[in-house]
Amino acid sequence: MAIAEAEITARAAGAATQPQKSQLTRSRVRAAWLFLTPMLILLLLVAGWPLARTIWFSFTDANLSDLSNAKFVGFENYLAYSDGEWYGVLADGEWWNAVWNTLKFSVVSVTLETILGLIVALVLNATFPGRSLVRAAVLIPWAIPTIVSAKMWSWMMHDQFGILNHMLMGIGLLSAPLAWTASPDLAMTAVIMVDVWKTTPFMALLILAALQMLPTDCYEAARVDGIHPVRVFFKVTLPLIQPALMVAVIFRLLDALRIFDLIYVLTSNSKDTMSMSVYARQQLVDFQSVGYGSAASTLLFLTVALCVVLYITFGRVRFEGR
Amino acid sequence: MKNHKPVGLIASMAFGVALAGAGAAHAATLSISCGAVGQEFEFCKTGTEAWAKKTGNQVNLVSTPNSATERLALYQQLLAAGAADIDVFQIDVVWPGTLGNHLIDLAPYAKDAVKAHFPAIIKNNTVDGKLVAIPWFTDAGMLYYRKDLLEKHGAKPPQTWQELTEIAKKIQDAERAAGNDKMWGFVWQGRAYEGLTCNALEWVASYNGGSIVDESGKITINNPQAAAAITGAAGWVKTISPEGVLNYTEEEARGVFQSGNAVFMRNWPYAWSLAQGPESAIKDKVGVSALPKGGADGRHAATLGGWQLAVSKYSKNKDLAADLVMYLTSAEEQKRRAIKGAYNPTIESLYKDAEVLAAVPFFGELYDTFVNAVARPSTPTGAKYNQVSNEFWNAAHGVLSGRAKADASLVQLEASLKRISRGGKW
Repeated sequence: MAIAEAEITARAAGAATQPQKSQLTRSRVRAAWLFLTPMLILLLLVAGWPLARTIWFSFTDANLSDLSNAKFVGFENYLAYSDGEWYGVLADGEWWNAVWNTLKFSVVSVTLETILGLIVALVLNATFPGRSLVRAAVLIPWAIPTIVSAKMWSWMMHDQFGILNHMLMGIGLLSAPLAWTASPDLAMTAVIMVDVWKTTPFMALLILAALQMLPTDCYEAARVDGIHPVRVFFKVTLPLIQPALMVAVIFRLLDALRIFDLIYVLTSNSKDTMSMSVYARQQLVDFQSVGYGSAASTLLFLTVALCVVLYITFGRVRFEGR
Repeated sequence: MKNHKPVGLIASMAFGVALAGAGAAHAATLSISCGAVGQEFEFCKTGTEAWAKKTGNQVNLVSTPNSATERLALYQQLLAAGAADIDVFQIDVVWPGTLGNHLIDLAPYAKDAVKAHFPAIIKNNTVDGKLVAIPWFTDAGMLYYRKDLLEKHGAKPPQTWQELTEIAKKIQDAERAAGNDKMWGFVWQGRAYEGLTCNALEWVASYNGGSIVDESGKITINNPQAAAAITGAAGWVKTISPEGVLNYTEEEARGVFQSGNAVFMRNWPYAWSLAQGPESAIKDKVGVSALPKGGADGRHAATLGGWQLAVSKYSKNKDLAADLVMYLTSAEEQKRRAIKGAYNPTIESLYKDAEVLAAVPFFGELYDTFVNAVARPSTPTGAKYNQVSNEFWNAAHGVLSGRAKADASLVQLEASLKRISRGGKW
């Protein structure tokens, strides 16, 4: 959203600076600004102001119990050296652990969701009786609020009374119950599993939308030529839906990089699964260090921005019309 | 009710504090935050209803998260925002230092009632000369055991952790062989949260390993006894305790114990009346004792817990709220809670009350445990306590889950505590 809007603004701004002669163009530019202004003001209020405030707090020693007493401390929250020891977020091993956890979570979950979402979308794109019913049903995990589904899964994955262990042991896949959310080796897998369950429908929906826009003539041509369906998929379908797929992935990536609720409900502040958002919340709320926590939030924002820039550059995603 | 508020406000502004009561004389609605662990919420409800009836006011109950860590986070957000939504807060024994700024001084309301309570708790609740909270009930970790199973297998309640490990293993194996394959030896609170700090502090203190940070603010946790204590506990996971214990809070542990699937449980006194309740699978099969010692020359150690009631300084009905607090913490109400819910009174004389002792015999037997419980280092570390506790439970959790060795992890913990305190200066 924000990116697309920024694009429009940039274009409008670009148009304004270019030498314009005609009366009509000038009045059009004026109209554009007129229509854009309310949205820009709204964006500044709801997105710009909190962001600026967070960045400002990250340079202070603000404390949650009394925000008015904040003093400017420069980069001390990010990195500071005193008495032979490095302090600050960037010197904190836990922060880097959180960064690593978040990246691992994002890459694995988004990859799985894309592949599974693609499969689900291809199935739903085929014509079969009761298709609209199935399409609606598939969306249910996405429709349940994350807190509710996370709590639900945390009971299902309970090591002693959980139904997941019960079922897996019933069909003989497990011999002893697993502590899904407690075991350090399994906790991340459990979180990814629930996220994939929850978000695959979203990916499926976006890909399905792309599939329904495809022109039928390519397929007819392929059928006439007797091309194998697998080949058709890789040579026709995939290249055609690729732009939409890339956009869907970027949506998910943005979402995954700031994951909080699911991890917090399933495993609380455990180090095994702590994401950047969980780390920032812990500093901000549990430890009341608004300054330090804001520094972590700002770094989180920069990390997400960096990931998106890298993705757009290397993925050559184009937001403008093809 | 709402339209009376401005009247009260104007009255108090115009005529000063003496007349502020005029506003309060109208029926008002207060909100109190109550815990909901076990039967807490029920007891809070019956107690506040009695007060409401007596005074003709109304009380809304706000239920809060079971995890103390999350509850504190919620309170901090509410109070930092200066919200008047909750008038009376139920706060943990380690929070007065953290939340004190937002709470009113209750000493003028309590007057002589203060003297009846344990002096140590009153001291704990006094921040910069202000009595910010009145003790409601106290807590100490205790060992619950299955009387019937210990008798059946010819064992006595364990005196040391080593004995506990042996007995638990023996009974667990025997019971599993006899057909109950869900049987475990020992359940406790191992999730990475405040409860693990309580549990781990008990192990460390029972081995004479100190209390993380001593009274003077010196960081003492990096010592061989502490390492031995935590290593011992790590040995329970997957042998006598399920691996899931690493994500258990009080209620998960009680769930396993009360459904008859554990020999021993570490928990707070509240679990007693539930385990003995009519719906319990183990009614009349439960015994309690002090937690074991860490080896022959160790000591019985229990972490001091307990909850206090405090009044928010953002409350619009401070006088009424203070009155509710005084009612709920009175000897009469504490006695009712002790008899019906096994909540430990904070009033010394109730431990000699015949009716109380008849209902909850262990109040007498474990009196020493309650009085000599080990305090978490919230006083020397002040507002940084939460960070200290967090580092401690994470270090302990790392060892318990087998990712780290105790010695190495304590060295690291010491270093992080030094960082947090900027070299022990707190």
